[in-house]
Amino acid sequence: MTDSRDRQRKHTALLLLVAVGMFGFAFALVPLYNVFCELTGINGKTSGQATVSVQTSPILEREVTIQFLAHVGRGMPWEFRPMESRLRVRLGEVNETRFYVRNHANQAVTGQAVPSVAPGLAARYLHKIECFCFTQQTLEAGEEMEMLVKFYMGVDLPADINTLSLSYALFPVTVAQTTGLEIDRDSSDITSAAHEEHSGS
Amino acid sequence: MIAHAENIPRGRHPLVQFIARWVLTTNHKEIGTLYLCLSFTLFMIAGAMAMLFRLELAQPGLQFVTANFYNQTVTLHGLIMVFGAVMPAFVGLANWMIPMMIGAPDMALPRLNNFSFWILPFAFFMLLSTLFMEGGAPNFGWTLYAPLSTTYGPPSTDFLIFGIHLMGISSVLGAINIIVTIFNLRAPGMTLMKMPLFVWTWLITAFLLIMVMPVLAGAVTMMLTDRHFGTSFFSAAGGGDPLLFQHVFWFFGHPEVYILILPGFGIASQIIPTFSRKKLFGYRSMVYATVSIAILSFIVWGHHMFATGMPLVTELFFMYATMLIAIPTGVKVFNWVATMWRGSLTFETPMLFALGFVVMFTIGGLSGLMLAIVPADFQYHDTFFVVAHLHYVLYPGAIFATMGAVYYWLPKWTGNMYNERLGKIHFWIAVVGLNVTFFPMHFVGLAGMPRRIVDYSLPFSDLNLVSSIGAGILGLSQLLFLYIVVQTIRGGEKATDQVWEGAEGLEWTIPSPAPHHTFETPPHVE
Repeated sequence: MTDSRDRQRKHTALLLLVAVGMFGFAFALVPLYNVFCELTGINGKTSGQATVSVQTSPILEREVTIQFLAHVGRGMPWEFRPMESRLRVRLGEVNETRFYVRNHANQAVTGQAVPSVAPGLAARYLHKIECFCFTQQTLEAGEEMEMLVKFYMGVDLPADINTLSLSYALFPVTVAQTTGLEIDRDSSDITSAAHEEHSGS
Repeated sequence: MIAHAENIPRGRHPLVQFIARWVLTTNHKEIGTLYLCLSFTLFMIAGAMAMLFRLELAQPGLQFVTANFYNQTVTLHGLIMVFGAVMPAFVGLANWMIPMMIGAPDMALPRLNNFSFWILPFAFFMLLSTLFMEGGAPNFGWTLYAPLSTTYGPPSTDFLIFGIHLMGISSVLGAINIIVTIFNLRAPGMTLMKMPLFVWTWLITAFLLIMVMPVLAGAVTMMLTDRHFGTSFFSAAGGGDPLLFQHVFWFFGHPEVYILILPGFGIASQIIPTFSRKKLFGYRSMVYATVSIAILSFIVWGHHMFATGMPLVTELFFMYATMLIAIPTGVKVFNWVATMWRGSLTFETPMLFALGFVVMFTIGGLSGLMLAIVPADFQYHDTFFVVAHLHYVLYPGAIFATMGAVYYWLPKWTGNMYNERLGKIHFWIAVVGLNVTFFPMHFVGLAGMPRRIVDYSLPFSDLNLVSSIGAGILGLSQLLFLYIVVQTIRGGEKATDQVWEGAEGLEWTIPSPAPHHTFETPPHVE
C-alpha cells in the first residue's frame, strides 16, 4: 500500500513538472519563433543591421519592381509617406529612395520604423546599406525630414518573385519605452493635441 | 484516507448539511455529478447567447443588439461552450465512469479532485461578470487575437485572463488526477490493453491537457504583461510580433480541438458495441489511431493561419500534415461501421446519438479536409463555412456524444430507466435542429458571408432565417433533455444491473443505482 502511495506521489510530481515545463515552453516559443524566422527568413523581417560591404557581383539585366508603403502606428502624430511609390530596379544595383516625415505634434516625438517585406521569402535578398529604420528618429514640433533608404536586391533572388513591397510602420518610442505604462492614454493625449493644433491652424 | 460524505458532522441544519455535503465531497461520483450539473448550466447560458445572436441574424440589419454586444456574445459563447460546457462535461463523465470501468474505489487524488471542480464556478463567475462591466465584455472572439485583445481589448479583458488561468489550473489538476488513477488504481488483471476505449481516449486527452493548457496560460500571461507591464510580445512597436500570438494560441488550440473530441470517440466506442451485441472491431487499431491523432495534433496548427502570409513551403507542410489526420480518423469510422456489420442492432436512444455522432462528425470531417486545402482555404477563410465546419464536428462530436453517454449511463447512475419514447423524440428534434441550423451555413459561407459580423448583405437573408429557425428548434430541444433527465432522477422503471442486454464491462457488474462506494475490494479481471 505504501509502495503504491509512493508511486502515486511520484507520478503526480512528474506530471506537475511537465505542466510547469509546458508553461515555460510557451515563453520559450518567443525566442524559438524569432530564431526560426531568422534562419528561414519566412516572415518578412529584414535584417536589423546595415550590409557593411557593398557586394561585388555584377549587376544583372533582370529587373524587379519594388513598391514602398508607409503606415503610421497608433498614437503616432506624424505624417509619413514614401516620396516615390515604386521603383524598377536591376538586381545587384544600388538604389536609394526617400520617405517624407513631419511631426504634427506640438512637442518633440521620437519614432521608430519597423520594416516588413512581402512576400516574406524576399526579405533575405533585400540588402540595406543605409536605412532610417536602423535608428530612432526625433523630430521637434512641426519639424519635417526626408529619410533615406539605400539598398540593393541580391542577385540570387528567386525567379518567381517579380514584385515585392517594402513597408514601414512608424511607432512612437518616447511614450512607449520611456514611461512604459499607460501607453494608450499618453499617446492619445498627443494625438488630440495634434488635432487641436491642426484645427487651430 | 478517502473522506466520506457520511463523515460530515450531523445535527446541523439540513441546509448546512446539504451544502457541506456537496462542497466538501471527495467522492468521485458526487464530483462527477457536480461537473455535469455545472456543465449543463453553462451550456444553457452559452446556448442562450447563441439564441440571442441567431435572433439578431434572422434578418439583415440591426434589430435587437448593437454590433459591440453581438461581438461580446459571440466571444463568450465560444469560450463558455469550449471551456465551460464541453470540457467539464467530459471531466464529469470521466469522474463517474473511469474508476468504475477500471475497478478502482475512487480517483487517486480525491481532495485534489474536489479542488479542481470548485475552482471552476469562480472562473466562470469572473468570465460572465465581464458582461456587466463598464466597457463591456471581451469582444474579440474566443481566439483572443492580439492586438484586438491587447491594445484594443476592453478593461474587462483582465478578468477573462484570470478566468482562463483558473480554468487552466482546474483542467491540468483534473488531468493529472485521471492519469495517476489510470496508472495506479487499475484492478488486478486490468492491463492497459484491456481498458475500455473510453478510458483509453481519456488517458490520451489528459496528456494533451497537461501539454497544452499551460501553453494557453503562457499566451494569456503574455497578453496580460503586454497590456499592463510594458512588454511587447505581440506589439510590433516594441519589436514584438502580433503573429506570434496566433502561433502560440494555435499550438494550444489545435490539440484543444482533439481534447474536445477524443472522449467523444471513446463514448461512441462504448455505445456502438453494446447495441450491436458484438465486440468492438479493431480494438488495438482504435488505440493506435487515438495516439496518432494526438501526436499529429501538435504539428498542424498552421492550418488556422493559411491567410496570414505564410510562405508556400510552410503552407504545404501544414496542408499535408492536416490531411494525414484523416487516416487515423478514417480508421475509427471504419471500425465503428465494421462493429455494426452483421451485429444484432437495436436503436435505443444512446445508439441513436452514437450513430448521429458518426454520420455528422464525418460530414464535419469532410468539410475539414476541404478547409485544409490551401488554395480553397483562401476562399473559405473567415467565412460561415468555417462556422458550419466547426459546429458539425463539435456539436455531434462533443454534445451528441455527451448526451448519448448520459442516456447510456443514466440508468446506472440513478437506478431508473429514462423514458425511451421521449429520448427518441429528443434525438430526432436535435438532429433536425442541428442540420437546419448549421447546414445552410455551408452555402452562405461558400457564397462569401464573413463570420463574426453582426450584419450581412441581402442575398444571405433566406438561408440565415432558416439557420435561425433551426437554432430555435435546437435550443428548445435542450429543455426536453433537461425534463427527461430530471424525470429519470425522480423515478421510473427500475434498471437491472446490466441495464443493456449487450453491455459488457466492470461498470455493469455493480448494482443499479451504483452504490456510494464501489470496488472497495478490487474485482479480478481474467
